[in-house]
Amino acid sequence: MNLNLIIIIPLLTSIAVLFCKGLKQVRMISLIGAAIQLILSFVLLYAYWQERAAGNTSTFIFEYNVAWYAPLHINYHIGIDGISMAMILLTSFIVLTGVLVSWKMPARTSGGEMLSKEFFFLLLFLGVGAYGFFISLDLFTLFFFLELAVIPKFLLIGIWGSGKKEYSAMKLALMLMGGSALVFVGLAGLFFNTNTGDGTHTFDILQIAQMHIPVEVQKLFFPFAFIGFGVFGALFPFHTWVPDGHSSAPTAASMFLAGISMKLGGYGCLRVATFLMPDAAHYYSWIIIVVSCIAILYGAFATMMQTDLKYINAYSSVSHCGFVLLGIGILTQTALVGAVMQMVSHGLMTALFFACIGMIYDRTHTRQMSELGGLLKVMPFISTTFVIAGLCSLGLPGFSGFVAEVTVFMGSWEQTDVFYKIATIVACASIVVTAVYILRTIGKAILGPLEKNQYSLLKDAGWHEKWAASLLIIGIVAIGVVPFWLNHLIGPGAETIMSNIKNVTIIK
Amino acid sequence: MNYSEYISLILLLPLAGFVLLGLFGKKLFKQSSGMIGVLVLLISTVLSLYTAYQYFFVNGKLNDVYQTIIPVKYTWLQFASGTSIDMGITLDPIAVMMLVVVTFVSLMVHIFSLGYMKGEKRFSTYYSFLSLFTFSMLGLVVASNIFQIYIFWELVGISSYLLIGFYFDRPSAVAASKKAFIITRFADLCFLIGILILAFEGGTLDFNTLIHRLTDTQSSQYISITTASFLGVSVLTWALTLVFIGGAGKSAMFPLHVWLPDAMEGPTPVSALIHAATMVVAGVYLVARLFPVFSINEASLYIVTWIGAISAILAAIVACTQTDIKRVLAYSTMSQIGYMMFALGVAHLGGESGLGYTASMFHLFTHAFFKSLLFLCAGAVIHLIHSNEMNDMGGLRKYMPVTHITFLVACLAIAGVPPLSGFFSKEEVLLAAFHSNKLIYGIALFTSGLTAFYMFRLYFSIFWNKSKSLDTHAHEGTFSMKLPLIVLSICTLLAGFIPFGNFISSDGKNLELPFLLNFSIAPVLFALTGIVVAMRMYKKENNLPHRVAASLGGLYKAAYRKFYIDEIYLFITKKIIFNLIGRPAAWIDKNIVDGTMNGIAYGTGKVSHWIKGIQSGKVQGYALYFFSGIIVLAILVIYFWK
Repeated sequence: MNLNLIIIIPLLTSIAVLFCKGLKQVRMISLIGAAIQLILSFVLLYAYWQERAAGNTSTFIFEYNVAWYAPLHINYHIGIDGISMAMILLTSFIVLTGVLVSWKMPARTSGGEMLSKEFFFLLLFLGVGAYGFFISLDLFTLFFFLELAVIPKFLLIGIWGSGKKEYSAMKLALMLMGGSALVFVGLAGLFFNTNTGDGTHTFDILQIAQMHIPVEVQKLFFPFAFIGFGVFGALFPFHTWVPDGHSSAPTAASMFLAGISMKLGGYGCLRVATFLMPDAAHYYSWIIIVVSCIAILYGAFATMMQTDLKYINAYSSVSHCGFVLLGIGILTQTALVGAVMQMVSHGLMTALFFACIGMIYDRTHTRQMSELGGLLKVMPFISTTFVIAGLCSLGLPGFSGFVAEVTVFMGSWEQTDVFYKIATIVACASIVVTAVYILRTIGKAILGPLEKNQYSLLKDAGWHEKWAASLLIIGIVAIGVVPFWLNHLIGPGAETIMSNIKNVTIIK
Repeated sequence: MNYSEYISLILLLPLAGFVLLGLFGKKLFKQSSGMIGVLVLLISTVLSLYTAYQYFFVNGKLNDVYQTIIPVKYTWLQFASGTSIDMGITLDPIAVMMLVVVTFVSLMVHIFSLGYMKGEKRFSTYYSFLSLFTFSMLGLVVASNIFQIYIFWELVGISSYLLIGFYFDRPSAVAASKKAFIITRFADLCFLIGILILAFEGGTLDFNTLIHRLTDTQSSQYISITTASFLGVSVLTWALTLVFIGGAGKSAMFPLHVWLPDAMEGPTPVSALIHAATMVVAGVYLVARLFPVFSINEASLYIVTWIGAISAILAAIVACTQTDIKRVLAYSTMSQIGYMMFALGVAHLGGESGLGYTASMFHLFTHAFFKSLLFLCAGAVIHLIHSNEMNDMGGLRKYMPVTHITFLVACLAIAGVPPLSGFFSKEEVLLAAFHSNKLIYGIALFTSGLTAFYMFRLYFSIFWNKSKSLDTHAHEGTFSMKLPLIVLSICTLLAGFIPFGNFISSDGKNLELPFLLNFSIAPVLFALTGIVVAMRMYKKENNLPHRVAASLGGLYKAAYRKFYIDEIYLFITKKIIFNLIGRPAAWIDKNIVDGTMNGIAYGTGKVSHWIKGIQSGKVQGYALYFFSGIIVLAILVIYFWK
């Protein structure tokens, strides 16, 4: 199967949108394009498994490599392993549901115009960046796609956002750009310390993974790459763009931001920082663990005090993304699998959460908990979905969050050192705090008596919202009830990364 | 029939019921969802009874010892280290007994709810939640893997949450459901850590392998877990204590019991099922399931014993003062579970010393019947009176004869009057305590007197005392509400005659339960005293209760206020956690962490504003900078050029 399709089709969709007229055409084309992307990602999954079943054991399959800019050894090199496959699936889910949620395009610019064409274009274009990022096997290409995904966010928030949107958009863009700058330093540092044997350098991930970058160089450039990607993935204390950015963004943009964009960071930390600089990953492991444990607990406690639904979900994202970084920091195969699972799970779950919050906001025009209450009575579908998202967030078995968290816990407990045990216990403690804020939110906003009488006239979800929510719930349940397929998918990819890390320990 | 051919159906049918009613109940089966629920449970119950028959009488034994049979097992999640979470079905004596108890009581509650919940708007939702609970509870009892038990443990927790908060427009119900979930979640956190320790030390999550490894004194796992210590306590003790905390949370043991009385906000049949007969005994079941490991660790057994005993007496004292009939029953449940706990705590593995184990399971078994019967009777009363308060009741025996008689049967059973079932099981519990720890025995004996007192206080206040003038048309509920009462009271009457030691014992061998006539005298006397005192105080309306309460003064008040434990919790959560951790965390994030980021941005802005002035666009200015630069460079060059 030609992997280029994964980029070309989203790109064509986003361009096609530019030639449409009126909201109806725009959203129809977007929907068709997004649906094709979802189908395509499943076809790819099928092809991937076929290939594996046929005995293809190479680390990355469907590789495609062509020189892009030969003088600098920049190649357009793509290929997927199980981890990328999982991320592609996630992206296609989010793209489709994001389009569905934006169906009525309720978010207008401050001027009151719709600008629907531009809105959908940017959304879909963000998807292109994400797809490209997840399949890149060349550091420069990877960086290129990373940047591609940043700009649309700025515009989406700045133009269609709400609240203090200019501030948030600027903050988000600046912090992410700062992150990218760090990433670039890290990548450049790697590049100039590679040696392909004939004295030239390379950006190729596979080749770099085979080489042994000098330990001192790794120690120098690992923090750049890790922190740079970490900014995307809400690494403490560089997470502050998350609450403001999410809360100002329009619904679909929030979904993209939490569902895809934050995963770029986690994936980058894993694929670039940890995979290519295993010595440094060992060296800095304890710092990563400490910082992510802080993020997990501190994010959870900070969530407890929030009163705006979007802030609640944004802070809880900080806490949940802490598990991704924790899983990466622990450096056991189980924990790595858990980290990737958590990325997928968190992506689906927060997207669902944001979708629900958006639906509630569209109807009640408030996100303040104190002004909400008893919504289950008037909009059972949205409320039930909200409860499901909440239960997934608090790690209820049967939903994806539980599987991911447990895998991280098991993985970290495999390390014999007491330090890891304490870190695990700290991380575990978050399940109680999470339960507190989730149930508090559900209890106030969804249950209880109806807060305002005019709410009784509100309508439940429309067909497009039902579809969006159902798709995400299917994803969550499919991981939560039968996790082994995802485990099988991610396992070999994590093993590859682990084998790099294990080599290090042997050399030491 | 082979077990593997049908055994999964016992679980999967309720699951299917949940999915079916949850997704389509509102539209397709608005009226029939109750019947669907009952039908599903009926099949499950029949299959469970058949399984019990097969297991206990046909093929469960090998060389006179009950075997553990695992007919179904799938790998659910495989970890890279080799351990895995499996989903399986284990059949051993306690699992089979629980299968019967859970399906049977659940069936009774399903039938009762047909009448009780009639006309409820979310009728099908109610039944789908009941099915979800039944599925989860069944998954819990047959778990073959310690993580499987945790998974279903959480699922029963959420079913309980959903059902307690079923009347979601009542703020008190919402608060109660939240409280129940969060307190048990805290306990589950300890359980999870306990599991992680056991799994790490044992190298497996599988129950049988784990128990085998940790009890084999030769195995490396046993040596490692007993010799390693943390903060001066052996790792095994840590692990078991943490697991026990998990169990104590679900089983409402002191001091994690505060959620149970509030949980009575749920519909009464739910209380009968979840908060009396099944879910709350999960903690006891968990200890029993890991009993071989507990029995090699004196320290953890000691904790189990004392927590059980304290809960038993504390709850009994509080129960004497409460006026909400469901709350009385809730405290009574806690007290009875305390009995089961300390019975386990005083037991040891094998032979006569394993009496406590059998006694505990026996009491669990009989308690399931009479306590769910009590709750269902209370439900019938509440259905008629529309109030939970004792003061609103009285003289109801004329209006509801069936409820009256069945309630009396249950009261006699729980008070331990021979020859009802509660007498036999409590007798064994007391005997086990007597043989191992006289102080525990004393507490238990006193508690049994209190039990008789508060139960008959309830009985006389509801059915005798001042007569309420009700509408002459007032009558008991429908046939569907009466049938479960009658069936359960028959079970209550007869369950005590089961030779329980033949089926369940700590080592799987036959255990002849001793029955000593002399020994029974004291408990029965205590029970009768309690009954007589209650009769004197509550049979007719008088001011004796007030006088007694006044003479007890502070003690009465403390008991009435549930020993202020709720207030302590509120203080810890509201004052300490919210104000000292949550608020500062949010503040730090807003002001310090984000403040630094904003500060950097502000600083950058300032600096750029400052250097902006240099690029004025005036040629003279640029010429000035240019020449000053040259001069500076020149000076530097001249100065350093040596």
